[in-house]
Amino acid sequence: MIPLQSVALALVGLGALAVVTTRDPLRQTLVAGLYGLALAVLFVVLQAPDVALSEIVVSSVATPFILLTALAKMRGRPRK
Amino acid sequence: MSRRARLLLFGASALAFGALLVWGLAGLPAFGDFNGEYGQIVNGVAGRERHVTNVVAAVVFDYRGFDTLGEDFILFSAVLGVALLLREARDDRERPRDEVRSDAVRAFGLAMVAPTVVFGLYIVAHGYLTPGGGFQGGVALAAGLILLYAAGGYRAFRAATPHRLVDLAEGTGAGGYAAVGVASLVAGSLFLQNVIGLGTKGTLAAGGTIPLLNAASALAVAAGLILLCHEFLEEVMYEE
Repeated sequence: MIPLQSVALALVGLGALAVVTTRDPLRQTLVAGLYGLALAVLFVVLQAPDVALSEIVVSSVATPFILLTALAKMRGRPRK
Repeated sequence: MSRRARLLLFGASALAFGALLVWGLAGLPAFGDFNGEYGQIVNGVAGRERHVTNVVAAVVFDYRGFDTLGEDFILFSAVLGVALLLREARDDRERPRDEVRSDAVRAFGLAMVAPTVVFGLYIVAHGYLTPGGGFQGGVALAAGLILLYAAGGYRAFRAATPHRLVDLAEGTGAGGYAAVGVASLVAGSLFLQNVIGLGTKGTLAAGGTIPLLNAASALAVAAGLILLCHEFLEEVMYEE
């Protein structure tokens, strides 16, 4: 494993930890997006640019959009 | 169960699980050790056989084109399901007006719309030459238009993506993919077999049916995502 790959892998580990330790769903959506970016970097250094592109578009567009609209819909409703 | 018993149970199962994990990890092949015969073969022959330089696209839209047909229809039916569940006849009502309050979001967002759309088109168009393809480019294309919502508001987004047009694009994309397969049957070949001229290697005209299938799935993906956004945003915007 070359150093660049180790760094990218470590970033992915840290990112995953950050996602599960973030408790506020709104913040968590953004942190999860950054985690997706770290994953994309890992895929690039492992020479899988096609997968990296898919990861970027899914984690920075599709998932946050769905989560954010769901959060917007739920906002202001009393907790049950 | 007492606290002590629970701790004991946890300790024992954690140890067993940990041992299993270590045993499994020890048996893994070394990092970067690739033992895929098919991958090696396809890397060797795809350029010669299909005249494209992105082997991934050759696999997705040709060697395994039938699998991609299935994936296209998974997305198509997922979007269809969302539309069936959430779509209501709201066209007779006036569209709600919302306002983008942050100047920074408005300025940066609007400045990014055109570059993102062009980038998406580029990723689609060159998908079989360089990394990318219909799926990635299609989502990027949709992302450019979704930025219009973030920066310009709901009305601007809906005006730029008329429902009828997006519905048509979604159907054309998904149906077009299958139509290419049927066309190769009509030409007397196998379903989705690459039957048209392969063109010069490394140019946009290369790859026979690969560019067609690539474009069809880009259309289906981009339109599918935009339709999904329409339905989700309607849920948020028409709050009563």
